[in-house]
Amino acid sequence: MAEPRALATRVLLAVLTILLLGSVLVAGSTWWNGRLAARQAYDRILLGAANDIAESIRVQDGAPLVALPVSAFELLAQAPEDRVYYAVHGPGGELITGLDPQSQIVPPEQGHAVFFDAALDGEAARFVTVQRRFAERDFSGSVEVIVGQTLRARTGMAQSLTLDALRPMALAGAALLLIAWAVVRRALRPLEAITENLARRDPYDLTAIPAEDLPRELQVMLSAMNRFMGRLDGQVDAMRTLISDTAHQLRTPVAAIRIQAETAVVETEPPLRERALDRLLRRTRSLGTLLDQLLSRALVVHRTDSAPRVEVDLREVALEIVERDDHALLAPGVELKLEIGEHPVLVQADAFSLGEAARNLLVNALKHGQAPVSVGAERRGPEAILWVRDSGPGPSDAVRARMGVRFNRSAGSGESGSGIGLSIVSAVATAFGGRMDLSQDAGGFRIALVLPVTEARS
Amino acid sequence: MTRLVQVFALLLWVAAPGSAQEAVARFGNGATPFLIRSTTDIEIIRPVIERFAGQRADLTINYEQWGSNALFARSRSDCRGQGTPADAILSSAVQQMVWLVNAACAASYRSAATLALPQTRRWRDELWGITTEPAVIAYNKAAFAGREVPRSRFALLDVLRADPERFRAKIATYDIAASGLGYLFAFSDSLEATTFGALLESFARIEAVATCCSAEIIAGVAEGRYLVAYNVLGSYVASAGRPEVGMVLPEDYTLVLSRAFMIPQNAVQEATATAFLDFLITAEAQELLRQIGLVASMEFGETSLTPSARRTIALSPSLLVALDGNRRAQLYDAWQDALGFDTGR
Repeated sequence: MAEPRALATRVLLAVLTILLLGSVLVAGSTWWNGRLAARQAYDRILLGAANDIAESIRVQDGAPLVALPVSAFELLAQAPEDRVYYAVHGPGGELITGLDPQSQIVPPEQGHAVFFDAALDGEAARFVTVQRRFAERDFSGSVEVIVGQTLRARTGMAQSLTLDALRPMALAGAALLLIAWAVVRRALRPLEAITENLARRDPYDLTAIPAEDLPRELQVMLSAMNRFMGRLDGQVDAMRTLISDTAHQLRTPVAAIRIQAETAVVETEPPLRERALDRLLRRTRSLGTLLDQLLSRALVVHRTDSAPRVEVDLREVALEIVERDDHALLAPGVELKLEIGEHPVLVQADAFSLGEAARNLLVNALKHGQAPVSVGAERRGPEAILWVRDSGPGPSDAVRARMGVRFNRSAGSGESGSGIGLSIVSAVATAFGGRMDLSQDAGGFRIALVLPVTEARS
Repeated sequence: MTRLVQVFALLLWVAAPGSAQEAVARFGNGATPFLIRSTTDIEIIRPVIERFAGQRADLTINYEQWGSNALFARSRSDCRGQGTPADAILSSAVQQMVWLVNAACAASYRSAATLALPQTRRWRDELWGITTEPAVIAYNKAAFAGREVPRSRFALLDVLRADPERFRAKIATYDIAASGLGYLFAFSDSLEATTFGALLESFARIEAVATCCSAEIIAGVAEGRYLVAYNVLGSYVASAGRPEVGMVLPEDYTLVLSRAFMIPQNAVQEATATAFLDFLITAEAQELLRQIGLVASMEFGETSLTPSARRTIALSPSLLVALDGNRRAQLYDAWQDALGFDTGR
C-alpha cells in the first residue's frame, strides 16, 4: 500500500490542478481574443486597401478603368510576408483588371462590404469585397473590388499577443504557487507542532496538550483528545488505586489469617485449638467481605466513569435495598424501616452505583449504629436525597472528620471496618455531581447521599 | 468565362515553341543535372557559374538564357504543373518574380545568409535579390568634353531645355513595350510623379528615341549616334567594354535593381538550388559579381550618391501594380501621348 500523501502535498496538488485548469482556460480565451484582435486589425487594412482601389476606378470612354494605386499595396504590405490577391469586376461579372485571369476567387455572397475566407493557391486567406456604384452618362452599374491576403501576419500577431499576455500570467501563476506553498506551510505549522508534541511524548504522559493559539478546528479536535486522555488518566489512576488499596487492605487480614492458622496447627489442646479455628473462620469471612467491598468500589469507580447516565428514582433504590434483605444476614433481628413519599425523586446516574452506595450506607448503619434503622429517599428543593438513619449518637467527632476517606480504619474499628464502605458513597456522590452529608439530631445519626435532582420528562 | 480564358491560355502555351530560350550552356559533367533559367547573358555570368560548378563536381549545370517575358510565361505554366520546372530562376524582371511568388510558385528557404539580406532584397523567404545594378544616365564622353555632365534629372532637364537642337533625336531610352526592364524603370519613375512627367514632356519636345535593347543603346552612345541614354542598366554599360561611354548615377535618386532569385516550388533539385543561393550571397560570389559589373559599388564617397538617393526596387507585393493590365495600359498611353510614337502595343 502506498504511503498516504501529506496534507500539504494534497493541498498543493489541488492548488496546482486549479492553476493548471485556470491557465488552460485563460490561454484559450487569450488565444481567442488575440485571434479576434488580429482579425479586426488586418480586416481593416484589407478594407482600406479595397476602398483605395475602389476610389481609383474612373469611367473613361464608357468603361471603368482602374488606376491601381501603389498605396493600396503599401497598406497590404503591413503584412509584409503575406501573399495578396486583387480583382476588379464589372457589373456583369467580367474582369476589369486583376492579378491573374486564370485564377479567380468568387465571393460567397453580395453585399456592401463583406469579408470571407477562402483558399488562395492552396493557402488559407481572408478576402473582402467592396462595391462601388457608378451613375455616369455613359456607364452605370456597380463595380466590385475583391482584395485578399494570406493569414501569416494575422497568425503571427495572434501568437505574439497571446504570448505577451501569457508570459506575465505564467509568472503570476508561479508566484501564486509559491505563495500557496508558503500559506499552506504556515497554516499547517500548528498541526506539525502537535504531531511533534505527540511523537516526543512519554507513553505514560497523559497530561493535556496545550491548545492555546490554535485554529478553532484544531482546538475542537485537541480538546476532544484531551478529554479522552483525561478519562484514560482517570482510569489508570483508578486502577492504580485499586491495586494499591487491595494490597494495602489485604496485607493485614492475610497475615492475621496466617497467624491464626499457624496457631491452630501448633495448638494441641482441643479447646484452644477450637478457639483458634473459630477465629480463623471469622477472619476468613471478614476477608471475603473486604474483597467484596474492594471489588464493589472498583466497579463503582469504573462505572461512574464509563456507564451511561440514566434517569433513576432514588425511592426505587431505597426500596430495593430494604427488600433485598441483606441486613437479615448481617444483623438479624434489627428493625428496618422504609420512608419514601409518593413523588418520584429523580436523578441522572447509574442505578448500580447508587445501589452499591445505598447498600454500603445501610451496612455502615447496621454495623456501627443502633436499631432501629430507617432508609429513605426525598426531594428537598433542587436536591435529591437518599439517606440511612440509625437511632444512635453517631460516631465521635474524630471519626466523623475522616469519614469517607479511604483507609480511615481506626484502632477501634476492629477487623471488619475498613472505611471502604463510606469511601464508595463519597466516590459515587462526587461522580454524579453531589456530596455526602452527615447530620445528627434528636432522632439519631443520618448519612445521606445528596444529588442534583432531575425533572421528570413528560 | 474564366474557363474559356483558361482554355485560351492553355492553347497559347501549348502553341508556344517549347524551347524559347535564347542560349544554352553546360558546366561540369557530374551525375546530377541542375537547371538554371535566367535572363542574364551567359557570357556575363559565366565566371560565377564556373566557380560554383568547380565547387560541386557532382553537378551538371545546364544554364538556359531566356527573354524575361518568355521566362515568365514558361515559369507560370511550370507552376501549374504543365512543364518541367527549372531548379532555380534568376531574373531581372523582378515584378514577374514577385508575381510568381505571390501565386505560390516558389519554395521557401531560410539560412543565416539569406536572413542577413536587407528587407528590400527578400520577400517571404521565397525571393532574394542577388545583384546590385543601378539605372544610370550613359553619355558619350567626347560629346561632353569640356562641358558639365548632367548629374541629376533636373540637370538633364536643364541641359535639354537650354540646347534642344543639339539633343534632337540624340537621346535614347528603352522602349517600354519591348523591354520589360525599361517598363520596370519607367514604372518606378512614374511613382516619382513630378520628374517623370517633366522628363516625358522634355523627351517629347526633342524627339527622344525609344529603342529596344541595352546593347543597341550602348553601341549608339559609343558611336555618337546618341549623346545621352537615360535609364540604362549600369551593369551593361560596365560590361560593354566601350571606353567612349561615361555613366552617371543620378543624384536626385538612382533606381537600383537587384536581380531576383527564386526556387520553383516543384523544383527537382531543391537542396542544390538552396546551396546555389547561399553561394551567390557569399562574399566570394559577390566579389565575382562585382568584377563582372553585376554588383556596383554604391558606397557613399566612391560615387557621389548619398544613401538617401538610392532607391532599391524592393521585392514586395507593390510590384504587382507594375504588372496590372489597366495600370500598364495607362503608362503606355502616357508614354505614347508624350513621345508621340507607336509603342507597338
